[in-house]
Amino acid sequence: MNQSYVKRLIFIASLWPILSFGIAIFQSNLGANPVEFIERHFGKWALIFLCLTLSMTPLRKITNISEWILYRRMLGLFVFFYASIHLLCYIGLDYQFAWVDIKNDIIKHRYVLVGFLAWLLLLPLAITSSDKMMRRLKVNWKRLHRLSYVIAILGVLHFIWLVKKDLTEPLIYAVIVSILLILRLNIFNRKKINH
Amino acid sequence: MTNMKKIPASDITPEHIYNDRRNFIKNLGLILSSSALSTFANTSFGALNSLPSFAQAKNHGNEKLTSLKDITSYNNYYEFGTSKSDPHDHADLLKIDPWSISIEGSVAKPLKLDVDELIKLIPIEERIYRLRCVEGWSMVIPWVGIPLHSLLKKVSPTGNAKYVEFVSLKRPSEMIGQKDDMLDWPYTEGLRLDEAMHPLTILAVGLYGKVLPKQNGAPIRLVVPWKYGFKSIKAITKIRLVEKMPVSTWMKANSKEYGFFANVNPEVDHPRWSQATERRIGESLLAPRLKTEMFNGYQKEVAHLYQGMDLNRYF
Repeated sequence: MNQSYVKRLIFIASLWPILSFGIAIFQSNLGANPVEFIERHFGKWALIFLCLTLSMTPLRKITNISEWILYRRMLGLFVFFYASIHLLCYIGLDYQFAWVDIKNDIIKHRYVLVGFLAWLLLLPLAITSSDKMMRRLKVNWKRLHRLSYVIAILGVLHFIWLVKKDLTEPLIYAVIVSILLILRLNIFNRKKINH
Repeated sequence: MTNMKKIPASDITPEHIYNDRRNFIKNLGLILSSSALSTFANTSFGALNSLPSFAQAKNHGNEKLTSLKDITSYNNYYEFGTSKSDPHDHADLLKIDPWSISIEGSVAKPLKLDVDELIKLIPIEERIYRLRCVEGWSMVIPWVGIPLHSLLKKVSPTGNAKYVEFVSLKRPSEMIGQKDDMLDWPYTEGLRLDEAMHPLTILAVGLYGKVLPKQNGAPIRLVVPWKYGFKSIKAITKIRLVEKMPVSTWMKANSKEYGFFANVNPEVDHPRWSQATERRIGESLLAPRLKTEMFNGYQKEVAHLYQGMDLNRYF
């Protein structure tokens, strides 16, 4: 299979959160608190795509197949896409654009604050995701896009701080993100170079 | 008895089948009028077979009642799991017959009785209350229950009784969420005696005119409408009158976030959730949040209990 085929397949598969949401609506499965359902649904998928995006580089190293890196940008843009739906739902559906309430919610509650920060940091990454910007920014592009590590940590914190008592699910993401970040430490890279 | 015509045993409908038929017919009506089918199939009713007749409540605020489906499928009841749908899915495992409640401690006449005896002792009545969860959502629920003060008067609290402690059940084999030490089981709650004696405070044994479903705290639960929902402890086994302030389960779990009083208060934020507004369950996707009212809208009735208290400190 050639790469553009795979890419198209991954693109279609990445639309699953939209499709599964559509199915839930169709089956009236949004539950007693539909706004919360939508917020959680897209928030969860943004985190999943964030983990997927961060897996591409380690996968390339582990498998010695360079193709993984070709899908990284698309997956990263899906993080931005789902995180934006998540945020829009919070602003538009949950708070109905009541800006004062939103501002208070962000400054008073640390889980909202870190979630919002994570989205803000996604913005420059999405804007500079084109080949053109990559060429223009040169070395700085790589530096800038290391923000994705910060975003991953903020995203997991956002989930941990939201939860009242049962930390099981956020801790699963915490473990995955930790592994993905540890794999980027120099000790692992050096080994690679020595070989 | 003797001159009564003998009815063959086969002609007598056992009570549970009679009730099943009644429920079936009722359900049929509901199915025709709404989409409550799946809810009823999964709604498990408890120890009591049916409720005696009761005085119906007037809906003073004229607020729209939350649907039975939402009330019975969106619950915080960690004894059955931490997800909102867990109680609906797992509460059926709980055996609530037999069940006894003991009222003990600093009382002259301790009592131990089951729910049937309790509602024979004190007539049940309907109360339509708002329920505000600390997580920022709310419902309007037609409870059926007894005023707690009527029960407390029967046991004659002594002069030492300053607080009332409520204890739920610990039975991990049936309350599968208790297999985790998430909280210090059994769930425990407390009220000041004057809060417990307040006419708005009830022990609920039913909702929507029917026996309380297990996921809502069958066979008997507390309802304190001006406090966050977690104060309204479910599946009560003990009511103890005590001298010192009881430490509730959530206070033990996180005393910075959960205080003893837990009065609904839009001015005092929870570290996680804004308490200024709330989302009413069952409203349309496009419905705005509602402004949360002081003491959940029961300010006129209960504000005097807290006169002169710093509610920022005693949250």
